Amino acid sequence: MILTWLILFPIAGAVAVALVPRERRDLIRALGLAASLVALAVAAWLFAVFQPGLAGMQFEERVPWVPGLGITYHLGVDGISILLVGLTAVLFPVSLLASWDSIQERVKEFNVLMLLLEAAILGTFLALDLILFYVFWEAVLVPMYFLIGLWGGERRTYAAVKFILYTMAGSVLMLVAIIVLYLVASPSGGRTFDLLALQQARLEPGLQTWLFLAFALAFAIKVPVWPFHTWLPDAHVEAPTAGSVILAGVLLKMGTYGFLRFALPLFPQASRDFVALASVLAVIGILYGGAVAWAQGDVKRLVAYSSVSHLGFVMLGMFSLTLQGVQGSILQMVNHGVSTGALFLIVGVLYDRTHSRMMEDYGGVAKLMPSFAAIVLLVTLSSAALPGTNGFVGEFLILLGTFRANPVYAAVAAGGVILSAVYLLWMVQRVMHGPVTEKFRHLLPDVNRREVLVFVPLLLLILWMGIYPKPFLSRTEASVQALLAHVQAKTTAFVPQREGPP
Amino acid sequence: MTRPVISADLGAVAPELIVAVAALLALTVDLFLPAERRRVLLWVSLAGIALAFWSAAQMGGASRETFGGMYVRDGLTNFLQMLVLAAAGTSLLLAAGYVRRTGLESGEFYMLALSAALGAMLMAASRDLVLLFLGLETLSIPLYVMAAILRLNPRSQEAGLKYFLLGAFATAFFLYGIALIYGATGTTNFVAVAAKVRSAGLAGDPLLGVGIGFLTIGLGFKAAAVPFHSWAPDVYEGAPLPITAFMAVVAKIGAFAAFLRVFPLALPDVAGRWSLMLAAVAVLTMILGNAVALLQTNVKRLLAYSSIAHAGYLLVGIVAAGSAGVWSVLYYLAAYTFMTLGAFGVVLAFVGPGGREADELADLQGAARGAPWLGAAMAVCMMALAGLPPTGGFIAKLYVFTAAVESGHLWLVVVGVLTSVVSAYYYLRVAYVMFTGEPRPGTRVVVSPGTGAGIVIAVALVMALGVLPAPVTTLAQRVAQQLIAAVK
Repeated sequence: MILTWLILFPIAGAVAVALVPRERRDLIRALGLAASLVALAVAAWLFAVFQPGLAGMQFEERVPWVPGLGITYHLGVDGISILLVGLTAVLFPVSLLASWDSIQERVKEFNVLMLLLEAAILGTFLALDLILFYVFWEAVLVPMYFLIGLWGGERRTYAAVKFILYTMAGSVLMLVAIIVLYLVASPSGGRTFDLLALQQARLEPGLQTWLFLAFALAFAIKVPVWPFHTWLPDAHVEAPTAGSVILAGVLLKMGTYGFLRFALPLFPQASRDFVALASVLAVIGILYGGAVAWAQGDVKRLVAYSSVSHLGFVMLGMFSLTLQGVQGSILQMVNHGVSTGALFLIVGVLYDRTHSRMMEDYGGVAKLMPSFAAIVLLVTLSSAALPGTNGFVGEFLILLGTFRANPVYAAVAAGGVILSAVYLLWMVQRVMHGPVTEKFRHLLPDVNRREVLVFVPLLLLILWMGIYPKPFLSRTEASVQALLAHVQAKTTAFVPQREGPP
Repeated sequence: MTRPVISADLGAVAPELIVAVAALLALTVDLFLPAERRRVLLWVSLAGIALAFWSAAQMGGASRETFGGMYVRDGLTNFLQMLVLAAAGTSLLLAAGYVRRTGLESGEFYMLALSAALGAMLMAASRDLVLLFLGLETLSIPLYVMAAILRLNPRSQEAGLKYFLLGAFATAFFLYGIALIYGATGTTNFVAVAAKVRSAGLAGDPLLGVGIGFLTIGLGFKAAAVPFHSWAPDVYEGAPLPITAFMAVVAKIGAFAAFLRVFPLALPDVAGRWSLMLAAVAVLTMILGNAVALLQTNVKRLLAYSSIAHAGYLLVGIVAAGSAGVWSVLYYLAAYTFMTLGAFGVVLAFVGPGGREADELADLQGAARGAPWLGAAMAVCMMALAGLPPTGGFIAKLYVFTAAVESGHLWLVVVGVLTSVVSAYYYLRVAYVMFTGEPRPGTRVVVSPGTGAGIVIAVALVMALGVLPAPVTTLAQRVAQQLIAAVK
């Protein structure tokens, strides 16, 4: 029941917040934060007692939901999802704390939506039934739509609509594919939407290709893989700080997680057929995202495009289909959540003070905000993958794994590492150093205690995962190995079995 | 087929009798009530509805025929009648505040509503084209009058007249269709028609084909399917708000009860004759309904196009046919009923500038600031209408689409899901508008207890159908399997 509780605590928090009178804003904020902290405590406990050596699902729960159709309420966590569950649980309290002062309007609605969003995201990472997964996956959209649309920047309406239409257009075709899969591939003894059962089915390669494409489109838009990324800059830039942190930190991971959890094990043959395409798109994304980020004058846009680049690494590592590559890819999902989440928080700190996101408006911020400058430096170095930080471990493993699979991709992608160092350090130089801009001189007090507290967990994670990544890697290893073995077995021993389309 | 017509099993028609008595009672009691005590009429009507609901729920699944085989009480009859009664009861609750405010609260209003519900109930129970026609007219004529019930409002008058003229036209087609089918098969009884088609090999008969086509026009009109939908936006907009809500659900249930009885249950053997035609209508309906809804700035018109679009999704289930097609349509009707009533209910909870209905989207701007719960209710209903989880709207679409894929209509499903994405744009905009911007001066919140209760019921059921779908699914599945087994 522990996983159900993990989903229910934020929902219960949302209900509690909804019942508080709207004038009592600090109580609302405290309740929202408390609910997310309870979820964090549960997730931390889960992480601690998670057994690293096991490849299969742990803490599984399975209850029939719609018995007549084989829909089950099936939750479980394994090495592929445990880190993402932890990441989600960390980033929500951080974002709620970061929004303490910056969200002044509709505080109650904000907290309710954030908690509902947390429940939906956690559910997405825990669901092992395709319909249950789809329910959580789509349930994420509406709270995010409102978060962008109600508390966003000037073009918030446009960004919110673009976000929801773009992502929904991808996911509805996945729903069709889920239905087809259900009708064609259900194992003998009754139809089922259960992922673990459907993984065992043998699908004809032609059908696999179509189903893989439908799933992949949904996931690729979410990641986003170049060229499906155009919703991302708008959504990230217009969203309020907390929204950007969650979008970049965990929402994008739903896409990469989807590939690992669903696309690869369900359609192993098609996945291998598309390795080249996926890798090329990933490399393009790495270079394109980096180059466009370099050209930005708006700090938030820069961070947004850097996400396109970093997620390219995640995709590249995953489609190397090697142990190092996939493990690095999972670790990099977490790294990106932590580092880019922190970068958006940094932008938020500056924006709260000056209401400007343009680099040209800033200069010499380090002189005015010395503690902040230290935070910025560490976060930037982590995002640029400097050894000793988490980013290095992830990108190194990815490049190692990719090199084994195809040295060309690795060589080109390595250029992306350099590119990210260039645009990030250039940003630091322009914003933090140089002469102090006169117009902001009195607007830039150093970070206060609450703001420091927001960054502390993220900084600790950056260093922990950079210096001693073993607890993270050891938890992923067994499951990744099992996944790769599954893909291997299903593709080499394929015996065509004629089954008509539905 | 020479059974005596007077072999009436009155026990089987108890729900209908109760509703008819309640309708007459409402009309009679009104004569003896002082104007300020007209609230009693609502209680009389609700009591009748509740009693009829209970009676239908008691009936059990065994199939009972009466009135010479024209009338059948089976699981489908019970399910659909309970749904009609729940829809009628909830809409009367929602209407309570509005009718009092505008002076519509009268015996006629309740009598007309109950009669229309009675018509839809009869359509659900018909096993004969003649009874189907009687049900259709019993449903339609009160609706024409109700649309025009605001005697001094030209828009209401226009709505009523338009609805009546176009409705009469569609009825003529319907009757002609019945005549042609009778001509082809020599009977109007569904069972006999099916038997005759099978035994005489009439599947390719042109007379039967044209008859089915004309029947479809008549039913398509009632269901507001494209290209027979053009009355809907004007009538929805012109009719008084609670009547629009009533019409949107009760007429839809009636129409789809007829679709179910005629196509998958009576004519499965000639599916080749109607399947492609209905599929084409479904595609047109989904595309046009959703595309035109994008442009609407009036909530009633928007919900009119929404109701058109949902007719398209329901038709996908009819095309799918078979057991899965039937029960998915049943589930969809249940979800559609409550998400639509919830949305209308929220609009009914506001009064626009100058005391008019708050039916312009702009009237609702920022309205959730003063009434966050109404905003949340609207958000839930809009998510459901767009087919987003975790609401009943999603589960309903999942069922219909699964049935359609299973029966080989993948392309229909692709159109269905893509148009659902389009619909998310305009549905969510309604909820978004309520939460954003400065409240419109002149828009007030007026939640009467009845309206509040109606909204709570509708939203609770929409969520229940999304989170705990098993009970209604099981019920609908049992009904459908029984029927399909009987057909085969």
